[in-house]
Amino acid sequence: MAYFQRSHFTPWLLLAPQLIIVSVFFFWPAWQAVKQAFYIEDAFGLSQQFAGLSNFIAVLSNPNYYSVIWTTVVFSLSVALGAMSIALFLAVLADRVIKGASTYKTFLIWPYAVAPAVAGVLWLFLFDPSLGLITALLERLGIEWNHNLEGGQALLLVILASVWKQMSYNFVFFLAGLQAIPKSLLEAAAIDGASPMRRFWTIIFPLLSPTSFFLLVMNSIYAFFETFGTIDTVTSGGPGSATTTLVYKIYQDGFVGQNLGTSAAQSVLLMVLVGGLTFIQFRFVERRVQY
Amino acid sequence: MQRAFQLASLGATLVLGGYVGSVQANTEIDWWHAMGGALGDKVEQIAAGFNASQDEYVVNPVFKGNYTETMTSAIAAFRAGKAPEIVQIYEVGTATMMSAKGAIVPVHELMANANVDFDPSAYLPAVTGYYTDPEGRMLSMPFNSSTPVTYVNRDILAKAGVEEVPRTWQGLGDALEKVVDSGAAECGLTTTWPSWVMLENYSARNDIPFASQANGFEGLDARLKFNQTAVVDHIQRLKEWQQDGRFEFGGRKDEAAPKFYSGECAMMMASSASYAGVRENASFDFGVAPLPYDAEVIDTPNNTIIGGASLWVLDGASEAQEKGIAEFFEYLSSPEVQADWHQFTGYLPITEAAAELTHEQGFYAKNPGTEVAINQMTGSTPTENSKGLRLGNMVQIRDVINGALEKIFAGEVGVQAGLDQAVEKGNALLEDFQNANR
Repeated sequence: MAYFQRSHFTPWLLLAPQLIIVSVFFFWPAWQAVKQAFYIEDAFGLSQQFAGLSNFIAVLSNPNYYSVIWTTVVFSLSVALGAMSIALFLAVLADRVIKGASTYKTFLIWPYAVAPAVAGVLWLFLFDPSLGLITALLERLGIEWNHNLEGGQALLLVILASVWKQMSYNFVFFLAGLQAIPKSLLEAAAIDGASPMRRFWTIIFPLLSPTSFFLLVMNSIYAFFETFGTIDTVTSGGPGSATTTLVYKIYQDGFVGQNLGTSAAQSVLLMVLVGGLTFIQFRFVERRVQY
Repeated sequence: MQRAFQLASLGATLVLGGYVGSVQANTEIDWWHAMGGALGDKVEQIAAGFNASQDEYVVNPVFKGNYTETMTSAIAAFRAGKAPEIVQIYEVGTATMMSAKGAIVPVHELMANANVDFDPSAYLPAVTGYYTDPEGRMLSMPFNSSTPVTYVNRDILAKAGVEEVPRTWQGLGDALEKVVDSGAAECGLTTTWPSWVMLENYSARNDIPFASQANGFEGLDARLKFNQTAVVDHIQRLKEWQQDGRFEFGGRKDEAAPKFYSGECAMMMASSASYAGVRENASFDFGVAPLPYDAEVIDTPNNTIIGGASLWVLDGASEAQEKGIAEFFEYLSSPEVQADWHQFTGYLPITEAAAELTHEQGFYAKNPGTEVAINQMTGSTPTENSKGLRLGNMVQIRDVINGALEKIFAGEVGVQAGLDQAVEKGNALLEDFQNANR
């Protein structure tokens, strides 16, 4: 036993399982994708031609790609900010509740356990243009809902479904963050005459900033990648590519269209994009986080 | 020492016994398909019937998900060297499969090598035309083929005073006007799979080209043409109908169906294979009518083209397996099996004999409307505009067309401009396919 505690190999041994999993499930496929981005192949892999940068050029010179980027930006911002603000609001409220607190918290955390695709289907049923409950309600209010035709409505629907699901994840962290704030600080501020809003923005929010920063990064990753299931089940990227995000386009071109070279090139670009975004977040936003 | 000897002899017996056992075992054939639910049960039944009818081969059907998932899995399995022997591929994947010359075994070759009786003329020309090469040799085995028809709500039509479902688009316009004006229904007509019904089948029905090079049958340099044909006027007509409620755009796939089932729309154009679904969900008296033709373009309607899927044989099977597959295909094409499949699912029978058998069994008399599809398909000899489509990247081309239709019906773009955009994007996809398959 003492041998292991002293050996230089022990850390590697203990890390080995995780390293193996990361290499097999991340590095190897990523490397394959990077390699494949430089070839033009038929679907069956029977003929492979080295294509240099032509896949990347084809992707970047397609005007479609830029509208997809714009859709992704709008979608991700809405989902990240929407999920975080609603979760923060609910966490602040839930923090003050004493009676039945655990019930509220359980119900608010439940959506996190729902798979993204299932969350999509739930909201699809509610908003079905012919049979949905909420559609009927909207019709009473004079709003005609048909997300199969209206791109804006379709985008709203997928944002709603994605926010609903992610909100509970944020809620858990915000609640924990709130409970870590010493009550004495808030009491002192109250005695000094600070209003609840003042107390929130000058004490609670800054002290929550590590949590908020962490959630900002996680929510961005969620919005860029994990919302695929929701989009696929609700709108399949339509109508007219109104809800096609970058990750969905990769699926469409690669799996449905069997166009592996272009799809791999898009994967590489998306990886660079999100990596760059995360880098920017750490470089510029983290400075303002107060630990 | 004795213990070791005992163990060794036990081991040897097991190994030899296993070897002998495997030589006597049946030849296994894996069949990957996309038929879920009740259709999947029927597929299992068919395979079980074949397995019971002989003891040399065992066909194992495996449900792989929807058509896209099945095709993707089969291709991935092929690249990994673990392909199934038979795979069900949807009709829009035909060009991809055909171009994969090293990956597939054409059916005509398979049947010839296995010395199995195979008479291509026994099959319905409109069905096999889709899956034959320019020399008329069959590349894949048709399995579940459907064609679009018009389902009508007879109760609503009676209320509106429409006695007969018109055969032409012009007549349909008048009938739908009656329906909407009389208040019998909110909307006149809707459709599922708009690209398939309103562009591809409209072109075939009226004998106009959808793409050049005989819709792609004659070369990889085919390009889309529907922005220069009567299709433009047809979509314009539908757009005008949308203004007064005669037509409602329901979505790219089959999202429009609830509109028909709920009585919101009086008519729905959908696959003949939706018959079972309509029968289950429609709480009213429904009827089936043929797809209309355009009297301004043609005098007598041409046949429509099929949707659905066919069975492809992937390369890499052993000789024994290939013989088994050939015998399975022969079993599948027998009139009894085909008639049963056709009657249960609403998919077309692929041989004349199966259609005749169904007739004799009185099925069409007992289930009115079920013979509309087959009459529509056999009413004329397929021309080069109605044999089907052989276009690469067709899945994405359909997406492009559906995207353009969505923009057109949302009022975001004009009909001609929308179709022009669709043709431009579609031709880029065709060019990609041509380059990747030199």
